[in-house]
Amino acid sequence: MSEPRLEVKKTYKLFIAGAFPRSESGRSYVVESHDGRFLANVAWASRKDVREAVVAARAALSKWSAATAYNRGQVLYRVAELLEDRRDQFVAAVRDAEGATQRSASAQVAASIDLWVWYAGWTDKVAQVAGSSNPVAGPYFNFSVPEPTGVVGIVAPTDSSLLGLVAVVAPVVATANTVIVVADERRPLPAVTLTEVLATSDVPGGVVNLLTGPVDELAPVLAAHRDVDGLDLAGAPGEAAGALEAAGATNIKRVARPAPVGFDWSKDPGTSRLLRFVETKTVWHPIGI
Amino acid sequence: MQTAEQARASASIPAAAQRYLAASSLDGGAIVASEERLARFLAGLPGVDQVGCEARAAMLATRSVKTTSKLRAIDLAISMIDLTTLEGADTDGKVKNLCAKARRPEPADDTVPAVAAVCVYPDLVTMARRALADSTVAVASVATAFPSGRASLAVKLADVADAVAAGADEVDMVIDRGAFLQGRYGRVAEEIVAVKETCGGAHLKVILETGELSTYDNVRRAAWLAMLAGADFVKTSTGKVSPASTVPVALVLLEAVRDYEAVSGRAVGVKVAGGIRTTKDAIRYLVAVNETVGARWLTSDLFRIGASSLLNDLLLQRRKQLTGAYAGADDVSVE
Amino acid sequence: MTDTTEPRAAPEAIEYAPAPESRAVARLQSSYGLFIDGAFREPIDGTVFKTVSPSSEEVLAEVVQAGPRDVDAAVTAARAAFDGPWGSMPGRQRAKYLFRIARLIQERSRELAVVETLDNGKPIRESRDVDIPLAAAHFFYYAGWADKLEHAGFGARPKPLGVAAQVIPWNFPLLMAAWKLAPALATGNTCVLKPAETTPLSALVLADILQQAELPDGVVNVLTGDGSTGASLVAHDDVDKVAFTGSTDVGRRIAEMVAGTSKRLTLELGGKAANIVFADAALDQAVEGIVNGIFFNQGHVCCAGSRLLVEESVASTVVDMLKRRLATLRLGDPMDKNTDIGAINSAEQLGRIVALADAGVDEGAERWSPACVLPEKGWWFPPTVFTDVSPSHRIAREEIFGPVLSVLTFRTPDEAVEKANNTTYGLSAGVWTEKGSRILAMAERLRAGVVWANTFNRFDPASPFGGFKESGFGREGGRHGLEAYLDV
Repeated sequence: MSEPRLEVKKTYKLFIAGAFPRSESGRSYVVESHDGRFLANVAWASRKDVREAVVAARAALSKWSAATAYNRGQVLYRVAELLEDRRDQFVAAVRDAEGATQRSASAQVAASIDLWVWYAGWTDKVAQVAGSSNPVAGPYFNFSVPEPTGVVGIVAPTDSSLLGLVAVVAPVVATANTVIVVADERRPLPAVTLTEVLATSDVPGGVVNLLTGPVDELAPVLAAHRDVDGLDLAGAPGEAAGALEAAGATNIKRVARPAPVGFDWSKDPGTSRLLRFVETKTVWHPIGI
Repeated sequence: MQTAEQARASASIPAAAQRYLAASSLDGGAIVASEERLARFLAGLPGVDQVGCEARAAMLATRSVKTTSKLRAIDLAISMIDLTTLEGADTDGKVKNLCAKARRPEPADDTVPAVAAVCVYPDLVTMARRALADSTVAVASVATAFPSGRASLAVKLADVADAVAAGADEVDMVIDRGAFLQGRYGRVAEEIVAVKETCGGAHLKVILETGELSTYDNVRRAAWLAMLAGADFVKTSTGKVSPASTVPVALVLLEAVRDYEAVSGRAVGVKVAGGIRTTKDAIRYLVAVNETVGARWLTSDLFRIGASSLLNDLLLQRRKQLTGAYAGADDVSVE
Repeated sequence: MTDTTEPRAAPEAIEYAPAPESRAVARLQSSYGLFIDGAFREPIDGTVFKTVSPSSEEVLAEVVQAGPRDVDAAVTAARAAFDGPWGSMPGRQRAKYLFRIARLIQERSRELAVVETLDNGKPIRESRDVDIPLAAAHFFYYAGWADKLEHAGFGARPKPLGVAAQVIPWNFPLLMAAWKLAPALATGNTCVLKPAETTPLSALVLADILQQAELPDGVVNVLTGDGSTGASLVAHDDVDKVAFTGSTDVGRRIAEMVAGTSKRLTLELGGKAANIVFADAALDQAVEGIVNGIFFNQGHVCCAGSRLLVEESVASTVVDMLKRRLATLRLGDPMDKNTDIGAINSAEQLGRIVALADAGVDEGAERWSPACVLPEKGWWFPPTVFTDVSPSHRIAREEIFGPVLSVLTFRTPDEAVEKANNTTYGLSAGVWTEKGSRILAMAERLRAGVVWANTFNRFDPASPFGGFKESGFGREGGRHGLEAYLDV
């Protein structure tokens, strides 16, 4: 009998500008499974990593927002395709992280994939639903279109390590924003694995950036960062959310407040998250000969 | 060489067009001599945004001209009138009556100025000339197969020669709108040059018939074309086509003469005609002159209003200003 | 022509004789109370201050500086109205109230225009032709939405938020009140409106109109006072929604106050708009647009085109045309129908404008104003153009909120976009070119909530208005304007 094969373990790193750096601080922290098993040493992102991630998100914004809506839809759909291919891996990751049953974890992964499909289909419809031509009282053509807010910082939900994450990230990138996500601090591994999917999909580097580490250390840096335009506090702890929102006032950030505790991420998302980080631009032009 | 002042005022002419004008010695001759160059020059003029232009006119229409300003504006308007009759039914008698009115619009009040001119068809110039002898009122004649302009150049020139020979001080010609809309700018310009030559000492007003040109861009181009070809005045309309004169069209013409003077040093007049019937209408035009080209154009040498019934309304309003009471229609004579 | 031997006097310009609007139609009272729960009331803990005319410094009326207990009374009245008749009223009924208000504003438009001009200092031509008609139009527009909300794209049964605290600025007092109240009422909220300290009067006349419209008590309450009144209102625990229009600094403080509560917030803040003129523009109209962009309402406009970005090849041409045009602007008595530029709203604001203009000179920009005589009394600032402005100058970066234009140049469309977007604000922008494809490309790339192409400073109740970046968030006007007052 041969020896049992020794498994090759993965190093869980940050995801910035399409690359997988370790934290510039060199720090890491231990992530355990729901039942206390050691799972991994995960990168402990620093303030400087936040800064790098914001730079990456800002740099990616102009191309991502200039891409055609059709193209963004294709890119998002490709993410769903790749996730589908790695379903089992994500089911295992969610089970490890959350202690979910096979059935529940499978349902969550399926719902996550379907969410990407849902938002992939939205990219070239959102302007038709949220935009308008406006009948002004004068000889002017006047129309309104939704445009991305820009760079959005997201504190990922803490009660749903994959589905919750997709539910907050996909709508924001569907409307052509770029994001910096602070992963669920205790259960970040499905999120990190998701970035490996993103890296091999067609999502341009920098559109989604993921940081792992203590939320109370990272979120305030994002909230106060003047080059971040929006802040989704979905997973921010209630007691800290007020301070984060207040910090966001420094540059009049658009702030989405924390999701209610126990929020069911599998329910029909509607359009509220899709339209949360868009800016309406209205253009006037005379009608004359 | 332009003065600094001219350079400053030449504002809205694009640099390329300015160089072009300078190279052409600004007599217009070199430009109008080549159809291709003329077309290129006219195409280089800045566009006119219809909505913006009309919004500006609407804003000017809100100017409130009251009391002493109104009285001054009324007298100014009277002095700028080309008192006009252009009917198939015109007779010597009609013209005679009109001339009497032109010399002394308000016989009982000699502070009322005479009008600038009487404007008639060429065959009635002799009568008008006689009736206006020894007066400051000029005789203007329409010509060049007015109002359509649809005749050969030879016929048009004969028409002009006829009017001038009969004693016309001023000739109101029409441009060939068909040729203009076809892009045959050279032909339009040649006709103006030829008419100008035939005019001799008579002043030439060039009617653009802006209602047929359809766009303000065309109005601006036609005005420049006419000025380059030697027009003394650019004039909006024959009065026979609707829309006739409007304040926005006048604005475009005023901008054109302002800019043309800046590059050429020659002040070209503007005549608005057609549909101007009330004092309120007339004052709107004067306000446009006042705020677009300024005081220098506020004289009958450089601004004219072609009208017939306007004069009586001005006289009625004038009485109201002086007496405080509204006058009745029968307080003024009907010619 | 005329006898050339006769000497002729040089032509003179037409000087417009004074054409003052009658102030009697304002029917001003010597003092006004607070409008709470459907009636004008004496303050509980408020004090009294005077509102003055910025063009003459004369006292127009005494008004109340509402105190915290007055604020509480107003919010309590609004809550009772929300829980009572207004909250349960069918949309079609609310619509009729709004239509009534629109009509009453039209009926009393001359009075409102005069009140606005006296209290604000803006030319009567503007209050008559812009502020008041637009205010009426805004109520008319949103009236029609009140019974159609289920078709507005915010779900099958969109719900109002509750009590809205609305704090508005002094630059368009009645119009801003209309922008706030009309959508809030159409969606079924009740309101506590706090007009600006220096311009309380038209909101008080509007309160009288609401009484004439028989709007149920407490649905709209008007609290006059300064920033401290606004702060107590925003901080009040029973407020569900805060809507603010004003400076970015105050907006930031309000955002901090609201953080951590369940209050919804929309902000319409400052701006430093670029008005971009390409060489191929219709220059005469562009110049009108530049003038309208920065000198409309004395430049007291958050979306004012305060940075002129002009293509270098026509820069001197455009500046010369602009100067020639500015020489025809008429500054003076705002009540004169021919006045183009009125008074600066307050001594405080004048101080800010003077300080920034002085900074412009200190930093090396060239300052120019047309010859114009400033009245002796009141607060005035001449139309001013700065050339040789660098992007780093304070006058190119900070909102001046006055009749001061900074002229910068660009060489390529890319440079124009880059310079236009190089600001922390993002409220509006202008583009002037005769090339259609360039307009659309520029409109797409400009980071601003409103892009005026070949026009500027146009407003309409059907057109969403609001900013990107530090110019705030949320939209006012159009279908989009409903969202700010619905639980979505």
